[in-house]
Amino acid sequence: MSKISLEVNGKKITKEVPDHTLLSVFLREILNLTGTHVGCDTSQCGACVVHVDGKSIKSCTAFAADLNGSKITTIEGIAQNGKMHPMQEAFKKLHGLQCGFCTPGMVMSAIDLLQNNKKPSDTEIRDWLEGNICRCTGYQNIVAAVKEAASKM
Amino acid sequence: MASLVGSRVERKEDKKLLTGRGRYTADVNFVHQTFAYFVRSPHARAQIKKVDTSKALKSPGVVSILTGADIVNDKIGGLIAGWRIKSEDGSDMKVPPHPPLASDTVNYVGDHVAVVIAETLDEARNAAELVKVDYKILKAVVSTKDAMSSDQIYKDIPKNMCFDWLLGDRAKVKEAFDKADKIIKIDLVNNRLIPNAMEPRAANADYNPSTEEITLYTTSQNPHLARIIISAFNGVAPENKLRVIAPDVGGGFGSKIYPYAEEVVCSWAAKKIERPVKWVADRTESFLSDCHGRDHVTHAELAVKNDGTFLGFKNETIANLGAYASVFGTVTPTYLFGPCATGVYKMPAAYSNVKAVYTNTAPVDAYRGAGRPEATYTIETLVEKAARELGMDPAEIRMKNFPTQFPFQQTLVHSVDSGDYVGGLNKAMEIADYKGFEKRKRESASKGKLRGIGLCSYFEACGIAPSPVVMMLGCGIGLWESAEVRFNPTGNVTVFTGSHSHGQGHDTTFAQIAADQLGVPIENIEIAHGDTDKGPFGYGTYGSRSLTVGGTAIVKACDKIIAKGKRVAAKMLEASVDDIEFSNGEFVVAKSNKKKTIGEVAFACYLPGTYGEVKSPLPEGDEPGLKETSFFDPVNFSFPAGSHICEVEVDPDTGETKLVKYTAVDDFGTIINPLVVEGQVHGGLAQGIGQALYENCHYDESGQLITASYMDYTMPRADNFPEFNLGFTCTPATSNPLGTKGCGEAGAIAAPPAVMNAVMNAIGTEISMPATAEKVWKACNKNKKRNSEAA
Repeated sequence: MSKISLEVNGKKITKEVPDHTLLSVFLREILNLTGTHVGCDTSQCGACVVHVDGKSIKSCTAFAADLNGSKITTIEGIAQNGKMHPMQEAFKKLHGLQCGFCTPGMVMSAIDLLQNNKKPSDTEIRDWLEGNICRCTGYQNIVAAVKEAASKM
Repeated sequence: MASLVGSRVERKEDKKLLTGRGRYTADVNFVHQTFAYFVRSPHARAQIKKVDTSKALKSPGVVSILTGADIVNDKIGGLIAGWRIKSEDGSDMKVPPHPPLASDTVNYVGDHVAVVIAETLDEARNAAELVKVDYKILKAVVSTKDAMSSDQIYKDIPKNMCFDWLLGDRAKVKEAFDKADKIIKIDLVNNRLIPNAMEPRAANADYNPSTEEITLYTTSQNPHLARIIISAFNGVAPENKLRVIAPDVGGGFGSKIYPYAEEVVCSWAAKKIERPVKWVADRTESFLSDCHGRDHVTHAELAVKNDGTFLGFKNETIANLGAYASVFGTVTPTYLFGPCATGVYKMPAAYSNVKAVYTNTAPVDAYRGAGRPEATYTIETLVEKAARELGMDPAEIRMKNFPTQFPFQQTLVHSVDSGDYVGGLNKAMEIADYKGFEKRKRESASKGKLRGIGLCSYFEACGIAPSPVVMMLGCGIGLWESAEVRFNPTGNVTVFTGSHSHGQGHDTTFAQIAADQLGVPIENIEIAHGDTDKGPFGYGTYGSRSLTVGGTAIVKACDKIIAKGKRVAAKMLEASVDDIEFSNGEFVVAKSNKKKTIGEVAFACYLPGTYGEVKSPLPEGDEPGLKETSFFDPVNFSFPAGSHICEVEVDPDTGETKLVKYTAVDDFGTIINPLVVEGQVHGGLAQGIGQALYENCHYDESGQLITASYMDYTMPRADNFPEFNLGFTCTPATSNPLGTKGCGEAGAIAAPPAVMNAVMNAIGTEISMPATAEKVWKACNKNKKRNSEAA
C-alpha cells in the first residue's frame, strides 16, 4: 500500500492505494470519475487519456502510486464554471463523436496537441491522434473539430 | 416555426458524453456488489473430463463458483439461433446446443467453462487461475473452405453443415449461361472481421429478493430482445421479473444485438447468490468471445453479352458460422446476403447457394452491413472484372445494366420502391473527377507510383422489418417498432422508442421529428430508450432500421395525439372537430382567430373536471390524459443505394497503398439530420476501408486466435484516411411517411469493393482482402518478374 497525495481536477486528494493500482482504476473506482474510459489492455486505444502535470498520458499504463504530488486533469475537469472547453464545444458543433466512448481520451489528447502546436495541419492532427482509436466517426469530424477548436483557442 | 427535419441540429446527447457524464454499464455500481471472472477454454476443441473448483473455492474473497453442471441442475436454457433456415432439400437447419457454461465439450478458444464470483475483481481473477479443468484435446476444425471435409464437430451434424440453402432458379440460370458470349468467373474470400465496438461488453445484474426482480444493466443494442431471450429461452426469470437496462452504450455494429452467455450467467448468478454480479470484458475477452463478422469463401460467375449486358449470375458460397449458430448468424449469409448478390442491376436470372458450416472458432453473426457487404463485394468485383475482360469502361458497363424504372422488381426477392442509380453514378463521377483520372495516373507514374481507380455501385435492403415477410423467411420474432408519445401535464413531451441509440443520435434525430410533428420546441422533448421498464416492447437497433421503422412509429403516435387534441380543442373552442386545423403546435378554428396551443390542450386533458376557472374539456367518450402508442410495421424494407469511387496510390517498392481520394454518393431518401447522416457515412467507410486494407481476424491451424489484441488486429487509425468527399441524391422511400432510407451501413457495404477495385486497377493483379503492404508488394514483385521474363 502507498499513501499518495495529488490534485485531481483542482481538488487535493490523499488516499492509500495498493501499489499495483493503475491510474485509470484509481480515477474510476476510487474517485468515481468514470468519464475516463478503458477500452483495451495493451495501451493502444487511448480512451483513458488524461493530463498529468499538463501532459497527456494513457492512464491505464501509469501506477497511481508513482504520481504522488502530481496535478491530474480528467475529462470532468476541463469545463470551467459549467462552460465547456472550446475543444468540447467544437466536438459538439461538428459531430466529432457518436457513441462517446473514445471521446474523453480523444478530447484530452487533442487539447494536448494544441498546447504543443497552436495551428496543426490535417496531417499533423491525424498523426497526433494515431494513438486514439475511434470506431464510429471515421475520424473526419474529429479532425475538423480539432481545427475548429484551434481557431477558437 | 421552421422545420427541423433536414437541419444540422447539434446533438442533444453530446454534452454529457463530452463532459465525462455518460453512464455506460461499466460505470454502474451497486452496493454489496461482487465481481465475475470467466474461466474460458484455452483449446479450440476439447472434451471436458473434469472441472475441479475445490482449490479455487478456498481462495480469498471467493463467493461462488458456478460451472456447466450448475447450469444443467438449474435447467438454464441455451443460447439461441433466432432465424430458422431450410436447406434446398427442405430439411431444417442443424443447430448444436449452446449452453451458457459448457459441461461436456468446448468448441472455441474463449468458450465459457465456469464463472468465479468474488468480492473484488482481483480476487475473482486469482481464483479463476486455480480452477482446474481436465480437457481431452480434440482436433480443431478451423478452415471455412475445408470445414465440410474435416472431422465432425457435433455428433448429429454431418459434414459440419448447418444448412445448404438455395435462393433462385438453377435451371433458368443455366439457360442464361448457355446464351452468354462470355462467362466471367471469380473466386474470393470475404475476410473475417472482429467488430470491436470501443466499449467492451459488460453486465451488472442486481437481484432484489423483496420483489424477486432482476435488474440487468448491459451493453445492448436491444434490451427488449435480451429480456425475452433471457426469460423465455434461458429461463432465468419470467419477463415481468426481469428488467433490462442498456444505458449509454459505446458502439455495437451488430455485436451487441443479442445477449451472450455472460449476461445470462450474471443474471442467473445474481439471483442465486442474492448479490449484484458485475462483469466487464477486457479487450482480449472481447476479441475471443464477441461474435465475429463476414468469413465467406465464394465462387461466383456472371454471364454477359459482348456488349456488356448481364444475362445471369450464380454464386456458390461457404459461410462460416463459427462454433454455434448465433441469433442472426443464420440469416446473415442467407436472406441478408443472397437477395443483394445480384447487385444494383437488371439480372434476368440468378441464384445464390450458401452452405453454412460450423468450425471451432468464435460464433459469427451480424457485423455492420451483415451479408450485404459480402454480396456487394462479390458482384462489384465481378462486374469490374467483366468490364476489364470486355474492354469496357467500368462506369459504362454499370450504367448499361442499371434499372431506370421504379418500382423495380429485383431478381431474387425485393421490390425496390425508388432510386436513381444513373444519377448517383453520374454525380459520383463528377465529384471524383473521373475524367481527370488518366492525367493523375500519369503524374503518379512520374513519381514511380501506381495509381488506380475503383468503382462500386450498390443497393441494399435495410430498415429490416415487415414482420409477415421476415417471419415467413424463418425469423423467430416480428420486426415492427414501437413508440409512445407522452405529453406531461405541463406540456413537455417524453417519447419512448423501442429502438436503441448507441452512437446514432436518436435523442436528437427523433426529437427533431417529434418537434416538427407536434410543434413543440425540441428542448422540451425527451427521447427515452434502453430500459424495458420504460415504454413498450420494441425490437432495437440494427439493420439500419431505427429511423425508417422506429421513427415512423413516432410519426404515427404523434398523428394519434393530434387527432385526440383536435377533439379536445373543438370542445374547448366550442367548434366542430372538422373545423379544427393543426399546425405549428396550435389548434385553430378554421377562418377564425380562435385557437389553443397543444400545451393548453395537453394540460386540459389532465384536468378533466371543473375547478374554479378550469372546466372539463373532455369530449364524451374520451379518456383523460394525453399519451398515445404506435406499433409500426412497414410494408417493405428500405433500399438505399449509391455509387462510390476510390482512388489509391501504390508504392511498388514498399507495397504501401495510400488512399488518396474517396467519393461517396448515397441516396438515403429524405435526410432528417445531415450532420448525423454524414457521420454515419464516415464511420461506415472507415470500417469498409478497414476491411479492404487493414483488418483481418486470423486463427492458426489449432484454432488459437492470433489477432486477439490491438497489437495484432489492425484497427484503422486517423492517419489511415484522407478526407472523404460526400454527395447525396434523393429519391424518397414510399414505404414510410418520412421518405427515409437507412444510412448506417452503406459505407461498410460500398467501400470494400471500391477500394479493392482501385488496388487491383493500380497493380493489375487480383488480390485478396486485406490488401496489406506485404501482399501488395509481393503482387507487384511477381508482376515485375513476369514482365522482365516476358521481355
